[in-house]
Amino acid sequence: MSNHLENITLRIWRQAGPQAKGHFEEYRIDSITDEASFLEMLDILNDNLVHEGKEAVVFDHDCREGICGTCSLMIDGQAHGPQRGTATCQLHMRKFKSGDTITIEPWRASAFPIIKDLMVDRSAFDRIIESGGFITAETGGAPDANLIPIPKPIADAAMDSAECIGCGACVAACPNGAANLFTAAKVAHLNRLPQGQAERYSRVEAMVETMDEHFGSCTNHGECEAACPKEISIDVIALMHKDYRKAKFANRKDLARQ
Amino acid sequence: MAQAVTSHRGPVTGTAARARRRRPFLVDLYSTAVGKKYVMGATGIGLMGFVLFHMIGNLKMYAGAADLDHYAHFLQTLLYPLAPKGWVLWILRGGLITMLFLHLHAAWSLTVLNRKARPVKYQSSRDYQIANFASRTMRYSGIVILAFVVWHLLDLTFGVVNPEVGKMITHAGDDEAVKSVYASVVYSFQRTPVALFYVVANILLGIHLFHGAWSIFQSFGWNNPRFNKWRRSFATGFAALVVVGNVSFPVAVMAGIVG
Repeated sequence: MSNHLENITLRIWRQAGPQAKGHFEEYRIDSITDEASFLEMLDILNDNLVHEGKEAVVFDHDCREGICGTCSLMIDGQAHGPQRGTATCQLHMRKFKSGDTITIEPWRASAFPIIKDLMVDRSAFDRIIESGGFITAETGGAPDANLIPIPKPIADAAMDSAECIGCGACVAACPNGAANLFTAAKVAHLNRLPQGQAERYSRVEAMVETMDEHFGSCTNHGECEAACPKEISIDVIALMHKDYRKAKFANRKDLARQ
Repeated sequence: MAQAVTSHRGPVTGTAARARRRRPFLVDLYSTAVGKKYVMGATGIGLMGFVLFHMIGNLKMYAGAADLDHYAHFLQTLLYPLAPKGWVLWILRGGLITMLFLHLHAAWSLTVLNRKARPVKYQSSRDYQIANFASRTMRYSGIVILAFVVWHLLDLTFGVVNPEVGKMITHAGDDEAVKSVYASVVYSFQRTPVALFYVVANILLGIHLFHGAWSIFQSFGWNNPRFNKWRRSFATGFAALVVVGNVSFPVAVMAGIVG
């Protein structure tokens, strides 16, 4: 049987637009089932707001099964809320208690400007992907399956970083607003696989330098790893730093730069 | 996201050729955040080497005044007569000053970058999960350590606040008079506030090293499942070694073991 939580107070960041001044607004939820997901709770709140003739709270969401990376939300000072290894959509009200006050803020970073209320523009991530998050593949007929042998441990390691859903929790959680975990996850995913070797060093150079244009720098706090809904390890950041170092020195010789 | 969001950023395409950079390679590398972290790490290693050998050298205090003063004399006359007296020491000091300057400059410019990356702070309190006291106070522990280094040089190197510095002393069996390092150290630590500042600054140095010595591995990408579990132990051990060694000196003087 489901239990109900009573008297939940929500402090939600309301901001009319990118340039508008925002503020916290308090809302009361008298009773809610603990089986509701966090986003369903916000849906219910929005239903009530619309019935009252008020403007609904704008927040990002899409698949609601933790694989799309659209939902965000800084909940009580933690990206994606108090549950490790889950995105906001997979967080349920049973993680909270009756009488709780829950504070909800948008991601904050200069590269993630607020669109409205809790929704931010994460297209700076797209700039990073555009600069190197791809491989060169031949067109034409589909290649034979298993044409390129990939050792199982390599495939597993690449998959661990390919899990990144690009939600931006790493940037949101980072005290410096750095995107090293996101970028490193993408770099590690492609640089570990045989298909990614051709562009290995140009990729890491381009992606790191695009990241530099938008985000802060990594000071190895490890907050990103704790916030990541896919629990991607900061080991990938070390891999990226290593490949970047190699790229800077190797490219210089191979491409006869300077 | 289908919202029409006007972006102030210029177009970036993955295949567009980057403008050929004219800057020298190392300057170019240093202009990136990751490059600055390499410099932080490399100068950090150099400065770690210095604090370790500084501590080990000072352990001669326990062997008596003659030993410590001779060690100081040895440093002053390194490679003499090949090099003039004091030259090698000043070359080493030049290296240290350069490393310290680069360490500070990288820290400063990365801090400016990081502030720019989040101009509007979170309006509610953050609930940090992993970031520890050491990692979040690097710049504050660094500033106190810098202030301490300045004081320490005025006190024991230039003798501005220490009348014992520069006095020549002859120990039994010595061929020549050497500078009284031992006496100036003892004089310095007999002043309680100086000893306390020394202890506090060294504990902060330990906290700085606790994060810094670990951080180097991440910044350089020295990551290997075989030795990863030793990275934290190395940083903790190194920090503890330096702190215990350094803090023992004022404690020994205050307790009357040395002096």
